[in-house]
Amino acid sequence: MRVTVTVNGTTETHDVEARMLLVQYLREVRGLTGTNIGCDTTSCGACTVLLDGESVKSCTLLAAQADGEEITTIEGMAAPDGTLHPIQEAFHQHHGLQCGFCTPGMVMAVASLLKEHPDPSEAEVREGLEGNLCRCTGYHNIVQAVLSAAHSGELVP
Amino acid sequence: MIPASFEYRRAGSVEEALGWLSEDPDSTKLLAGGHSLLPLMKLRLATPGVLVDVGRVPGLSYVRDAGDHVAIGALTRHRDLEISEVARASVPLLAHVAGQVGDPQVRHRGTIGGSLAHGDPASDLPAAVLALDATLVADGPRGRREIAADDFFRGFLETALEPDEMLTEIRVRKAPSGWAFQKFNRRAQDWAIVGVAAVLDGDPRVALVNMGSTTLRARGTEEALAAGADPTDAAARAADGLEPSSDLHASAEYRRHLATVLVRRALVEAAATRG
Repeated sequence: MRVTVTVNGTTETHDVEARMLLVQYLREVRGLTGTNIGCDTTSCGACTVLLDGESVKSCTLLAAQADGEEITTIEGMAAPDGTLHPIQEAFHQHHGLQCGFCTPGMVMAVASLLKEHPDPSEAEVREGLEGNLCRCTGYHNIVQAVLSAAHSGELVP
Repeated sequence: MIPASFEYRRAGSVEEALGWLSEDPDSTKLLAGGHSLLPLMKLRLATPGVLVDVGRVPGLSYVRDAGDHVAIGALTRHRDLEISEVARASVPLLAHVAGQVGDPQVRHRGTIGGSLAHGDPASDLPAAVLALDATLVADGPRGRREIAADDFFRGFLETALEPDEMLTEIRVRKAPSGWAFQKFNRRAQDWAIVGVAAVLDGDPRVALVNMGSTTLRARGTEEALAAGADPTDAAARAADGLEPSSDLHASAEYRRHLATVLVRRALVEAAATRG
């Protein structure tokens, strides 16, 4: 079947199998391998992307369901000149990553969280990231990074 | 993990979906948010030949004050129910429980109709609508019918919906106070080991998550409450007649104990919200 999907502002049309998952489509068809496949069971959040601005787990969507939609992946966060997005910058400054595998999904989940809760408490950050697992257990610095990004004044609501 | 091959069709209306469903009901499945069905398809536990995507059927995502009840469109996503002003004011239990399902990403996609039609005894929303004495509205080739929540959940992943029917609306009674939800799990996004939804306004209704092959009511507790028992005594009967399963998370005996503890907490909390 034919799907037309806008990913990070670029619209393309491709023939895909109906059973192709969105995460496969992003990685294999669009060549955007920043989105990781972790558990592949809707649990770990490594494959989190934004669908029309809301966080979703791309291992649990068909590419067909994204037909006509706008997707943002981790590759779409930094500015074209390479300047990091404020959330990425906050992860960098606060060492919000260890091995880095969960990081793309974390950053996308945070983007969605801060849209819904622009001024979250620490508890709201921890609960808001319950769909993302860091197996290095680096949660403390991730939470610090999110709070810092929220209060940086650099996020466009 | 990749699902087995299927034919994908996107329905533009309930009528179109029902038409496709009636062509071959036994090998056709409706796809809403997909957060119950797609995981099963990836595990090849479900292998429908045709997948009818109803996710974009217009007019089925709403939370409406309908006078004596609140009407919820079957395609209402958990997140939309969680933040609905109508739900928060008139059925705060349902808004609260919608906010407890899975995690934010799941709540952005999953729908109330999909969750109920899936009929998983470990899900939270079936217990909430059972406690709220809901009526479920199904459309099909023989027209529209209303199914009481008490008659809807038939067995493990089995509901009263016929294979050629589609759940379109959920009607719940208003319960602005006198409610509580308790859920015990080991990790943040896990299914409940046991959960309890309690509504004390009107006839007390107490529904349990994961205490049998379907969501079900704690009849012993309800009878005790009707007879005037206090929360502790009523909660002691929470597992009367129930046979929960044992699995890697908990033994049946532990679940029965947990039910009495959580029901007691729920009854105390629900009484406190009555003001």
